Amino acid sequence: MTFAARVTQAVKGAALMDFVGAFGLALKHLAIPKVTVQYPHERNPQSPRFRGEHALRRYPNGEERCIACKLCEAICPAQAIVIEAEPRADGSRRTTRYDIDMVKCIYCGLCQEACPVDAIVEGPNSEYTVETREELYYDKQRLLDNGDRWEREIAKNLELDAPYR
Amino acid sequence: MGALIWFGLTIGQILIVTVCVLLSVAFLILFERKVFAGVQMRKGPNVVGPFGLFQSFADLGKFLIKELVIPDGADKFLFVLAPLIMVTLAFGAWAAIPLSSGWQVSNINVGVLYLFAVSSLGVYGVIVGGWASNSKYPFMAALRSAAQMVSYEVSIGFVIVTVVLLSGSLQLQTIVAQQAGWFWHWNMFGGGGPSHVWLTVIMIPMMMVFFISSLAETNRPPFDLAEAESELVAGYQVEYSSTLYLLIYLSEMSNIIMLSALISVFFCGGWESPFPVHLTPGWASAVGLFWFLVKTFFWFFMFVMARAIVPRYRYDQLMRLGWKVFLPTSLVAVVAVAAFRVFGPA
Repeated sequence: MTFAARVTQAVKGAALMDFVGAFGLALKHLAIPKVTVQYPHERNPQSPRFRGEHALRRYPNGEERCIACKLCEAICPAQAIVIEAEPRADGSRRTTRYDIDMVKCIYCGLCQEACPVDAIVEGPNSEYTVETREELYYDKQRLLDNGDRWEREIAKNLELDAPYR
Repeated sequence: MGALIWFGLTIGQILIVTVCVLLSVAFLILFERKVFAGVQMRKGPNVVGPFGLFQSFADLGKFLIKELVIPDGADKFLFVLAPLIMVTLAFGAWAAIPLSSGWQVSNINVGVLYLFAVSSLGVYGVIVGGWASNSKYPFMAALRSAAQMVSYEVSIGFVIVTVVLLSGSLQLQTIVAQQAGWFWHWNMFGGGGPSHVWLTVIMIPMMMVFFISSLAETNRPPFDLAEAESELVAGYQVEYSSTLYLLIYLSEMSNIIMLSALISVFFCGGWESPFPVHLTPGWASAVGLFWFLVKTFFWFFMFVMARAIVPRYRYDQLMRLGWKVFLPTSLVAVVAVAAFRVFGPA
């Protein structure tokens, strides 16, 4: 640092130039609109690809989509999915057990990608905190209920995302 | 009987001042948080009451009902004593602050010395609290903080000497009264009207030195190395919780407001209006209080803005600024102002 530069710096420092500049900037920021999103009352927009809580979907006639191909179980990198299946009375292949360990799940979305019938999906819901770990071991009924509850949003999101697949 | 009435009146005055200070602390904390949030483009507390006005009272309730944890190895007596020392001194200082013409709990003839002594004693609260915690972070922070407060008191002292040289009095009411008239009679502009206006080049830098030293004195950002949460968790108050923490917090805020008031008393004419007004004595006092509050509020706003925009100093930078910049500057200023008083216009 040259002597002149040192002198300039000292003078600027003594004149509180940095402070004055920052003060102006701070006043400007005081005046401009705030970016706060007051979360429970306001929400940020969410992508249709958002990977939230899992759900098992049904066909419009009420038949469950899952055909127990176990592709999701196979691809799951966290091995969070456990499926057991056997033929139903009418001869179709259905799951008798479909468990997702939501604690193990890493929300990668590969189960949804692997599913040939769009049965297992990750819905838009991200607010499913519970108080015990046991409540996060989702069984088939819980997942089907989720599917019923979120079907409208899920269908809309899938439709919005369809052109990019 | 007369003594009894005097006693009752004084107690009443003390109560009024204390309650007003407590209330203003509550709302100024909210104001600080709002400004701090606004600078960062956030909204700040706005849930408790309209515009979050009752946020501080909600915090108060939270502090009061929390469990008071005293560490096992701590010296219980000193641990409890330290916040009490701090809060007593912080409120004791308000006794000598001239709120308006004649409005003062005690018009001490060495008021400046009293305030200086009281604010210097504040360091005991910090060091006792940090030491009594018997924990390494509070102890290190207390040492730092003590060194910091002591170093900056030196330059604060010299700055006060320049003001006292200008006013020729240690009585705060007199110091304020001598800044009467138009605003160029304020001490920041030389304190003597047009003939003293040359002193502006000294007194405005002295005002800034006083302001920056006040930041260090009250352990405010950018000099909050006593807290330094990135390295010392929360400084000397790590082990404090509940009501004792509340007392520390309260005394810090009260000290900040007190120093804002002091800057306006020393440099900005205190309760004097910036332009001459002729009023009956009763109205003059009320208007005086208004100007005092406006000036104090302005300096408090500067404290908040300094916290919001200036990054924290490193410890060696802090010490360098205190000993190698402010101390020589204020020393030179004392000599210059003294020379002006001796050789300059009467």
